[in-house]
Amino acid sequence: MKLKRRGRTTNVIPGFKLTLGITILMVSLLILIPLASVLVFSFRLSPAEFVKLITAKNVVSAFKTSIICSLIAALINSIFGLILAWVLVKYEFPGKRILDGLIELPFALPTAVAGITLSKMYSNTGFPGKYFSSVGIDVSYTKIGIVVALVFIGIPFTVRAVQPVLEKLDPQYEEAAYILGANSKTTFFKVIFPELFPSLLTGFGLALARGIGEYGSVIYISGNSAKDGTQVVSYVIMQKLERMDYASATAIALVLLIISFTLLFVINIIQIRRAKRISAR
Amino acid sequence: MIKKRMISLILAAAAAATVLSACSDTTADSSSEKSAAASEGAAQAEKITLTNVSYDPTRELYQNYNELFVDYYKTTYGGDIEVIQSHGGSGSQARSVIEGSEADVVTLALAHDITLIEQSGLIDSGWLDEFDLSSSPYTSTIVFLVRKGNPKQLKDWDDLTKDGVEIINPDPKSSGGACWNFLAAWKYALDKNGNDEEKAKEFVRKLYANVTVMDSGARGATTTFVENGQGDVLIAWENEAINSVKEYPDDYEIVTPSVSILAQPSVAIVDANAEKNGTADAAKIYLEYLYSDEAQKIIGENGYRPTNEEILNSFSDKFDLNVNLCTIDDFGGWDAAYETFFDDGAIFDEIYDY
Repeated sequence: MKLKRRGRTTNVIPGFKLTLGITILMVSLLILIPLASVLVFSFRLSPAEFVKLITAKNVVSAFKTSIICSLIAALINSIFGLILAWVLVKYEFPGKRILDGLIELPFALPTAVAGITLSKMYSNTGFPGKYFSSVGIDVSYTKIGIVVALVFIGIPFTVRAVQPVLEKLDPQYEEAAYILGANSKTTFFKVIFPELFPSLLTGFGLALARGIGEYGSVIYISGNSAKDGTQVVSYVIMQKLERMDYASATAIALVLLIISFTLLFVINIIQIRRAKRISAR
Repeated sequence: MIKKRMISLILAAAAAATVLSACSDTTADSSSEKSAAASEGAAQAEKITLTNVSYDPTRELYQNYNELFVDYYKTTYGGDIEVIQSHGGSGSQARSVIEGSEADVVTLALAHDITLIEQSGLIDSGWLDEFDLSSSPYTSTIVFLVRKGNPKQLKDWDDLTKDGVEIINPDPKSSGGACWNFLAAWKYALDKNGNDEEKAKEFVRKLYANVTVMDSGARGATTTFVENGQGDVLIAWENEAINSVKEYPDDYEIVTPSVSILAQPSVAIVDANAEKNGTADAAKIYLEYLYSDEAQKIIGENGYRPTNEEILNSFSDKFDLNVNLCTIDDFGGWDAAYETFFDDGAIFDEIYDY
């Protein structure tokens, strides 16, 4: 056995070429070819038609709604995801395991079920919803409802991104900061937070990307009113598909894809910059 | 080591072979499928499987009808038959058939959806006249579902345009069924205003200004109105409304407006699939039997209007038969209706300004 390993990298799984081949095959079949076909479909529109479609009032307003609501939801998720991860890592309490498992439930639950349940709960006749509406806040069928649905589906991303980093964080940093006389606020913002920031950003990016394209959970709670600006982009795409208008549907999808990609790209750049700054210190 | 490399080589070759054969030689693929179908055909004297691709609200109807049909087929033709049901939004069901789902028959909400399948070449042209009454064995119409006692006294379309009335109505831009709602209101407005289009536009503008939640489909709208308690009135299919009242008899009642539209759900054999599966004959019998007296009774019991006049009249306690019904032909057929009302920039976009 020793002889065989000589001159190679120490790989446990044999056959670099085979595994790479499978990887390329899977990536092509599942990601590259479908994406390319989106491109091909959307090029059936002439540039003038494309511009007219993308600048149509309802399409622009849907893009605004999707992006703004997902940004707000991702922000909320980052804050609460951090708190949740903190509680799960730093403290021992009964039911901790169960709570830990519950975090992933939004992944397992069919999004349409979540959407219907949330819209019922937060409508002005539902349980928490009626208290909200009695103080004048309508949740279901408004943009707030969209944000609620997106917070629901996005929370696992931030928690699961931050949790492992927090677990590995050496308690000595905290202790050192404490010994050097930093108060808890300074310790958190100057010592712990910079360590967590990259993973928090990853979670933020994933939740954001997921939220921008989300359909199932949003569709029931949003009310889909063009007048109130509660149509999301994925709904407009479905409208076009319903009419067999594949070209328009894929054209909007293409723009959506570019926006998501750009956002993730920007997030990556920020992370790389920070990593450089930290390693330069 | 050589052994290992050999194994990985063989694996890679096998994987490549499968991929290549899968994408290069489709003719061989379909011919082998054909021979499989042929050998199945020989065995089909014993059991035939028929796939009926339908739309959402017909689930219970076809469950009952299929039981009846299986018995009928056995006693009349002496063979066993099994019917598989598939339900979903009418438009997306049509799309799935076009994209290759194995439907032997389609029973969809709109003739237009079947026309789309016809355009893809799977259904022979002339399907509309293959069965009686433009291939629609049952009909339905658009009614109002209101809360018990009708607290806002909503009797007809013009009551819906009053200030402070909250309407739940699905989006015609995404739901085929919701187009019927719009057209029924439009027809009422035309009749009332001596066919003045501008006045009719003003009327539907007011009506849609009162729509508070515009769901993506009929089922979503029913959930919003019935389960979530939104709005004063739901503009709905009669069969859906009858189901809601059946489920909650103390909470809702149905109001039939003076003018409505005759919705004609259509049925057709998907010729290309049925021929391939050897089910063409059975499919024809399946759809023809929908017109029989027994089937028409089941249709009536499930909230659809039977096309058999006699049987329809026997359900006069269930259906308001005095409503003045227009048909899609009054609007020049579906293609013309889409073009005039629902395409981007057409009348619906004009009146639903935001």
